[in-house]
Amino acid sequence: MKRAAVTLAALAFAGLTGAAMLELSAPPVRLAAQVAANIERSGVAHPVTAVLLNFRGYDTLLEIAVLLIALVGLTAVARRDDAAPAPSAAEPVLQTLARLAAPLMALVAVYLLWAGAFRPGGAFQAGAVLAAAAVLLNLARLLPAWTSPGAGLRWGLAAGFLVFLIVAAATIGEGALLQYPPAWAGGLILAIEAGLAVSLGLTLAGLFLFLSEEERP
Amino acid sequence: MNLAFDLLLAATLLWSAWRALAAPALFRAVVMFIVFGLLMTLAWARLGAPDIALAEAAIGAGLTGALLLDALGALRRRGEGKG
Repeated sequence: MKRAAVTLAALAFAGLTGAAMLELSAPPVRLAAQVAANIERSGVAHPVTAVLLNFRGYDTLLEIAVLLIALVGLTAVARRDDAAPAPSAAEPVLQTLARLAAPLMALVAVYLLWAGAFRPGGAFQAGAVLAAAAVLLNLARLLPAWTSPGAGLRWGLAAGFLVFLIVAAATIGEGALLQYPPAWAGGLILAIEAGLAVSLGLTLAGLFLFLSEEERP
Repeated sequence: MNLAFDLLLAATLLWSAWRALAAPALFRAVVMFIVFGLLMTLAWARLGAPDIALAEAAIGAGLTGALLLDALGALRRRGEGKG
């Protein structure tokens, strides 16, 4: 009975969503055309990166702030014991695989970061690959879970947000927030993305490593 | 050919989403969630959005799946898991 009601409600919601999607009116502003028209001034050649870090850089700034705050909140509920448990022995095959894969993943992350300027890629994807490498190392018991962040880790976590804020403060004279001078835009975006990739990698890895419990059966 | 692939992808997406929600064993539900994330990656790629596909594969399927598996392990150690 309950299951049938839930199924019925879900089906009704799905139908309504589909109907709403079909009823969508044509957008009054053609944003894709505007991005294509201004891509020359953005400093990068890939439209997604241009929107994320130049035209709507404000959104990305707030996004990284939200992620940082989420991690700060998480450290409040994570364990507080300072003695980090030593990584114990695990399967040698898994450890060897993780040792081989981790440097390659770091290389892929750097490539994604660099490729973001002219093709799909960018800081978020690079950060996610870095975090995945850290999670893999943790699962292979080569990297102990984090207990409380040290000074280096804190700076690393805040680096992306700080670089973003510094750039925003330095270019405030341009008239609008995060409006870069066109000649400098490419370099500034790369600097911001590099900081973002490091911070996002540490933040996403922290979401796993602060919560991960060492005593596995 | 492309239409057949797209229809198959859409059907598999719906099926894996339903299995992730309805599977009685938690472990199976988590695995189906990861499968759903990977299929979603394919769907984004088919829709011509490779940026979102990359993010979905890395964050949606990879990191979230790892977090869910970790949570499942923690639940089991406390004797509360049913899977």
